Amino acid sequence: MSNKCPVPFKGTKEQEQQLHEVIAKHKDQDGPLMPVLQEAQEIYGYLPIEVQKIISEGLNIPLEHIYGVVTFYAQFSLAPKGEYKIGVCLGTACYVKGSGDILNKIKEIIGIDVGECTPDGKFSLEATRCIGACGLAPVMTINEEVYGRLVVGDIPDILKKYMD
Amino acid sequence: MINLKINGTPVSVPAGTTILEAARQMNIDIPTLCFLKEINAIGACRICVVENRVNGVGRLVAACVFPVAEGMDIYTHSPMVLKARKQTLELILSNHEKKCLSCVRSGDCELQRLCNEYKVEKEDKFDGDVNFYEEDASAVHMVRNNNKCILCRRCVAVCEKNQAVSVIGANERGFATHIGSAFDDGLGLTSCVACGQCIVACPTGALAERDDTDKVWEALADPTKHVVVQVAPSIRVTLGEAFDMPIGTNVEGKMVTALKKLGFDKVFDTDLSADLTIMEEANELIDRVQKGGALPMITSCSPGWIKFCEHNFPDMIPHLSSCKSPQQMFGALVKTYYAEKNNIDPKDIVSVSVMPCTAKKFEVGRENQNAAGVPDVDISITTRELARMIKRAGLFFTKLEDSEFDNPLGIGSGAGLIFGATGGVMEAALRTAVETLTGEELGKLEFTDVRGTAGIKEASYKVGDLDIKVAVCSGLANAKELLKKVQAGEADYTFIEIMGCPGGCVNGGGQPFQPASVRNFEDLRAMRAKALYDTDAAMTLRKSHENPMIKELYDTYLERPGSHKAHELLHTTYVARNRFGEQ
Repeated sequence: MSNKCPVPFKGTKEQEQQLHEVIAKHKDQDGPLMPVLQEAQEIYGYLPIEVQKIISEGLNIPLEHIYGVVTFYAQFSLAPKGEYKIGVCLGTACYVKGSGDILNKIKEIIGIDVGECTPDGKFSLEATRCIGACGLAPVMTINEEVYGRLVVGDIPDILKKYMD
Repeated sequence: MINLKINGTPVSVPAGTTILEAARQMNIDIPTLCFLKEINAIGACRICVVENRVNGVGRLVAACVFPVAEGMDIYTHSPMVLKARKQTLELILSNHEKKCLSCVRSGDCELQRLCNEYKVEKEDKFDGDVNFYEEDASAVHMVRNNNKCILCRRCVAVCEKNQAVSVIGANERGFATHIGSAFDDGLGLTSCVACGQCIVACPTGALAERDDTDKVWEALADPTKHVVVQVAPSIRVTLGEAFDMPIGTNVEGKMVTALKKLGFDKVFDTDLSADLTIMEEANELIDRVQKGGALPMITSCSPGWIKFCEHNFPDMIPHLSSCKSPQQMFGALVKTYYAEKNNIDPKDIVSVSVMPCTAKKFEVGRENQNAAGVPDVDISITTRELARMIKRAGLFFTKLEDSEFDNPLGIGSGAGLIFGATGGVMEAALRTAVETLTGEELGKLEFTDVRGTAGIKEASYKVGDLDIKVAVCSGLANAKELLKKVQAGEADYTFIEIMGCPGGCVNGGGQPFQPASVRNFEDLRAMRAKALYDTDAAMTLRKSHENPMIKELYDTYLERPGSHKAHELLHTTYVARNRFGEQ
C-alpha cells in the first residue's frame, strides 16, 4: 500500500544545500510549506520521501501533513519524470476517440499508473488535457514526438522503439 | 446575554454559544458526527444542520459551529431539517461498507444509530462509485478499515491536537480523499504511539483495536495451560458502561466474578503491582536525588508516553524511570514468584492482562520484558474486549454477585487504585515517600494539588529534608509542552508523572465507547476518576508500603526495593527511535 516512489533517489549534496537555503528563507514566514514545496520541486523535479523528510525536520511540520498537501495539489509530483515522458491526451476529442483505452494499454505494458515512473527511470506517464492536436485524435506524446490517430494495437510497437 | 428562540421557546445564552450548546441546555440533542468539542469544529459532516428562519424563510446552518445571534428563530427538527439529515446519511451510506452484521461497532456505532433514528430505509438509495481500500493491519495494536470511514476527521484531530503525534491525516483530494499516513505507509511503520485515542474518537467501525479475544478463548480452553489474568485499576470503574451502567460505577466485584466464570484459573489485581511500582520508583527517585542521577525523573507506567518519548525526545530517555509498567511488573511476578511458589513451569502459564489501553498490546512485545525467559504478559486485551467476552459467554453482568480477587496477588492499596487517574501515581508516590523519609504518619492522605483533569499540574512539597517540585501531565501534546520547558531549563522539577492519554487511564484508548453526544457534554474523565478517588477514600489500606503482600514479596523474594533481584525482574530498558518511525 506504500506510495513511495520505486525509483532510487539520486539527490546530490548541492541540491540538499539549495533546499536547506530555501527552508531557511521561508521558515519564519506565515505558511512556509507551499513556497518551500514549490521550490523543492524546482530543485529536484519531484518530491520523494527523502525530500519531504528534510522539509519536515526543517519546518517542524509532521511528515503526514506535508504528504497530505503534496497529494492534494495535482501540481506536485511524487515521482520523477522518466527518460521518456509519455503524455496521453484525455481532452474531449481524444477521449471520445478512445484515448482511455490507449492509456490503459500503456499502463498495462509499462506497469505503472498515471503520475508514476517505472523503477528503472525509463518511462513516466501523464494524462494530459487537450494538447490542441484534435485533428489527430486520439493523440499521445513521447518527449517531443507526437503520435496521432492511434488504435490500441499500435501501442506495443511504438513503446518497443523506446525500450532498448 | 443573547435572546433567541429554539423551536418557538425563548432562551437566553451567553454570546459565543453555539446553537448546538444552546439547544443542549434545553435538553435537545442535535446529532453530530464530525464535531468534537475544542478539537474538531469544522462543520463538515452536515448532520447537525438546523433551520435558521429569517422572515419566514428557512436556511440550514451547522449547529456545531454556528454562534447564536439576537432574535434568532431556530428549528431543530422541522421537516426541512429531518429531510436534510436523512439525505446526508443516505449519501454517507452510498460510499460506506455496510457490513453492519460483522462490524465490531454494531450496536455501538454513531452512524448506525443515526440511520435508525432518522428512518433510513434504503442503504443504497444513491447508487454510484464506491471506494475500496485495503485494510491497514500493520500496527500491532489496531486496524484501520477506510471502507467504513466517513471522513469526519475526529481521529486526525485527536492525533494532532491532543496527542501531538500527527501521523494520520487526509491524503489525496475529492472522491479519492482518505485518512492515512505519509506515503500511505501502514500505521505500524510510523511513529504512532499506539495510544488508541483515535479509536475512541471514531464514530464508526473504521478504527478498532486488534481483537485478541480469540487467543484468550483458546488459552482458556486448553487444559494444559494455567491462565492467569490481571486487571488494571481503571477497568473496574469503566467496564460497567459497556453494560449500560452509569458512568463512574465501580463494578469490581461483578468484574471479578465474570472473569472467574469465564474460566481464568486466577484473577489478580494490577493494583498490587502499582503498589510495587511505587516502592521501586520511590527508591529510584531517592537514589537519583542522593547520587546525582538524571532529574527530573519521569514515570514509565504509560507505554504510549514511553513510545512518544523514544520517538520525539530520545535525549530524555535517561530521565525515564527504569521501572517496568505495572502490567509488566505483574507479568514478571506471575512467571517467577507465583510460578515458583506453585511449582508451575512458566512456559505453561498464559499471562493475560485487561487494560484500558491499546499501547499495552505494543508493550507486551517490547524487548527486555521477559523476566522468566518467556514474555511477562502473553495477551493484553482492552476493557472493550473483556466486555465482548462477557457478552459472548452470556453472562448477565449487571446481575452477577460480587466476589474478591484471588490470593496471593490480589491485594492492592488505594494508592495503587488511583493510578488509573492522572495524578494518581504522583499521589501514591508522595504518600509513600513522605512517610518513608520522615518516619511519621501522614495526617491527611489526599494530595489535592495533583488531582483534577488539568493537562499540566504543578506542586511543591517538603519531604523530610528534601524540597520536591513535581509536575503531573496527561495527554501527549501537554507532555511535549512540558518537556520543551524542561529541556530549555525553564522548569526545575524533581519528579514528573506523564500519562499518554488526556485524563490518564480512565480515558484510555481501550475504554468503552461513549458517543460524541456524551463526550462533548459530560466530563467523562472526571466522572470515571471520581469513582477511583471515592473508592480509595473508603478503603483502610491506602498506602503502597503498607500493603501486606508488598511486604511479603520483599521479605521472602525481592529482598528490598532496588535490589539486584528487583532490578532483574522489575526494571527494563528503552530504545531511541526515529521521529519518522520506520518510514
